[in-house]
Amino acid sequence: MKTKTNLFETIVHGVFLLLGLITVGCVLLISIYLIISGIPAIREIGLLDFLFGDTWASTAAQPQYGILPFILTSIYGTAGAILLGVPVGFLTAMYLAKMAPKRIKSVMEQAVSLLAGIPSVVYGLVGMMVLVPGIRNLFHIPDGAGLLAAIVVLAVMILPSIIKMSITALEAVPKEYEDASLALGATPEETYFRVSAPAAKSGVAAAVVLGVGRAIGEAMAVMMVAGNAANMPDSLFQSVRFLTTAVASEMSYSSGLQRQALFSIALVLFLFIMLINAALNFFLKGEKKP
Amino acid sequence: MNRPVITVNGLNLWYGQTQALKNISLDIPEKSITALIGPSGCGKSTFLKTLNRMNDLVPGVRITGSVRYEGQDIFETNVNQLRKEVGMVFQKPNPFPMSIYNNIAYGPRTHGITNRQELDEIVEKALRGAAIWDEVKDRLKKNALGLSGGQQQRLCIARALAVQPKVLLMDEPTSALDPIATSRIEDLVMELKSQYTIVIVTHNMQQAVRISDQTAFFLLGDLVEYGETEKLFSRPVDKRTEEYITGRFG
Amino acid sequence: MISNRRRLFLWTVRGGMYLAAALTGILTLFLVGYVMAKGIPNITWQLLSTKPSYLSGNIGILPDILNTLYVVIASLAIVLPLGVGAAVYLTEYASSKRLVGVIEYAAEALSGIPSIIYGLVGMLMFSNNFGTCLLSGALTLVIMNLPTIMRNTQESLKTVPQAYREGAFGLGAGKWRVVRTVVLPGCIDGVLTGCILSVGRILGESAALLFTAGFAHALNGFWDGLSSAGATLTVALYVYAKEQGEFGVAFAIAAILMVLSLLINLAAVLVTKYFQRRNAV
Repeated sequence: MKTKTNLFETIVHGVFLLLGLITVGCVLLISIYLIISGIPAIREIGLLDFLFGDTWASTAAQPQYGILPFILTSIYGTAGAILLGVPVGFLTAMYLAKMAPKRIKSVMEQAVSLLAGIPSVVYGLVGMMVLVPGIRNLFHIPDGAGLLAAIVVLAVMILPSIIKMSITALEAVPKEYEDASLALGATPEETYFRVSAPAAKSGVAAAVVLGVGRAIGEAMAVMMVAGNAANMPDSLFQSVRFLTTAVASEMSYSSGLQRQALFSIALVLFLFIMLINAALNFFLKGEKKP
Repeated sequence: MNRPVITVNGLNLWYGQTQALKNISLDIPEKSITALIGPSGCGKSTFLKTLNRMNDLVPGVRITGSVRYEGQDIFETNVNQLRKEVGMVFQKPNPFPMSIYNNIAYGPRTHGITNRQELDEIVEKALRGAAIWDEVKDRLKKNALGLSGGQQQRLCIARALAVQPKVLLMDEPTSALDPIATSRIEDLVMELKSQYTIVIVTHNMQQAVRISDQTAFFLLGDLVEYGETEKLFSRPVDKRTEEYITGRFG
Repeated sequence: MISNRRRLFLWTVRGGMYLAAALTGILTLFLVGYVMAKGIPNITWQLLSTKPSYLSGNIGILPDILNTLYVVIASLAIVLPLGVGAAVYLTEYASSKRLVGVIEYAAEALSGIPSIIYGLVGMLMFSNNFGTCLLSGALTLVIMNLPTIMRNTQESLKTVPQAYREGAFGLGAGKWRVVRTVVLPGCIDGVLTGCILSVGRILGESAALLFTAGFAHALNGFWDGLSSAGATLTVALYVYAKEQGEFGVAFAIAAILMVLSLLINLAAVLVTKYFQRRNAV
């Protein structure tokens, strides 16, 4: 079919196409920048020594660039935050989605939104002033800043997104399922946990994955409570560095190979995040077509 | 029959793989009312929307055959100019979420009229033409969404008139309205035919009988029968037409 | 009858739910209360209206307040046209489903990238070219907030009735005129919601700004401010707490940020309510 096209409209269309492609361009640019600046150090240090070296001593006379401590800390820290945050978040979501009176529900939902809006440095500050001394006094150790403090702060920080996404998933469960279960003589609680929860599982899984992404990517709050020594995370009270804080803590004064190694750490972190994104997409798709 | 304004020849239309119009040929005479009838899904609305190329908005549409407006191939002309000449009123009243005045002035402004006085005149003339002036003249600045359904539909007719079209396409304009609003629209349509060529899709056969001069009966994408309304309803040539108008199916 | 095992299950999950919900509630109350209690007494006119000086030992956060304002304004001014334009492309212009999928996937990827990575890439992309300055920081935040603005606009464009578009096309309006006069006015609510969320995110951002915008406390006008290094409130909080041990100032800033995020939540609720009521007419 022939159409007389108008030059002006074609230009407008082109402009909008460009604007639409900006997001794609940004993702490509970010990937390219990270790869280009992250590869050289890995080549120089050697991939295995870099990923699995257990000592990070970037400013020593004989510098060593092993980031296994950071990788393990990030994994342990995230796992700990999930272990603490998900049960509390899921149970809160279940209460709010299914059982809470309307008033309580709306107040609590506002509270959760507020929690989500608090800047991470404020979490860090409160962690520094309350949590770190608390851990020190409770366990009688010289310094409370360490893995445990970071885990608790991260658990609190991922709580809002877990609650919000779980509520959405639980509320999307068709009421017929629940009615059927209730009609068979199950109590409401049994219905919610044995029928609604399994029906909402991919949404809840997506919430957990999102929480993992948040926790593994958080830098500033962790920086303020984790102690920041490049130790292996052998105990909950060890002063540790995450992948994020390893980048942040040395960036401002680094140079040469040390600086390049920091970019390599960022690249590793980026790859983790991309994996998590793929997982998130997988679960969200699962939710759309049950 | 009057001189034809629109001439359709061998028109075929596909939505993806399904053919919605099959080899349609018919002439639409000037300053008269042509009704398109048929069961839902028969292609009558699709046909109507082809006449001012509103089907261009649907992705995956493919058209063959010729449609000529005043002798010109509509697929060769500027689509915006075509739609100015061949206006459209939709099934559901769809005033824009702006004031009554701005609704009417939208078309003229689109086509380059900015002079305030000129616009005032066009708005008044269009609203009078659609028999709604007296009801809205004191609240031209009010939001059009505050009008009743019947008023909204007459406003949409006025909006279409304001660009001074030659042809008005109406896609079941009364199907969303109550009987009183419907009869006002019908009166209006019959008045308009002295100046405009009107093509109206209707579900309601009584409506076709009441207002139209000629009627086209569509079935499954085919144009089964086309002729003077009185003749088509009293002495249909095709068996299927007879079955449809006597209510044996649809 | 309900067996003992069922009763045990019932009380366990019920107890768990109440406990978890109470914990969440108490945690929020504690965070807000603690930050306010520690911060508000430290907020003085002196603090709000001066700049810091090593000579007199004065600490003032006026430069940080202004820097925050500048970054918010600059980021929004750039990200709005980009994000809204991208959304318009996706809902009004794009004809290839695959391209739409790619763009949406990219937006999702962008929103999943942690801010420290934005900080690094922003440093490489912008600070290495324009210097460490608020503009570099603002540009970094533009990329971060692009998905937010795009998504919210897109959602609200989808709610603009197709009938409006048809009506305008039916009058012979060209595509751009339809978009400008009928479609865009209908998505103001989404744009506004996106803006509010973005402002919240910008106010709370620190990691992405630390290496792109720096942490100076100079008092500047808007244009000078954009071209010089400066700390926003969050960055200043971090520096005062972590590097300088000025906890009073840090809590004062935290309290201010807390109030701002309360206001932002309130604004988001009000905007949603306002447009729900308006659209119901």
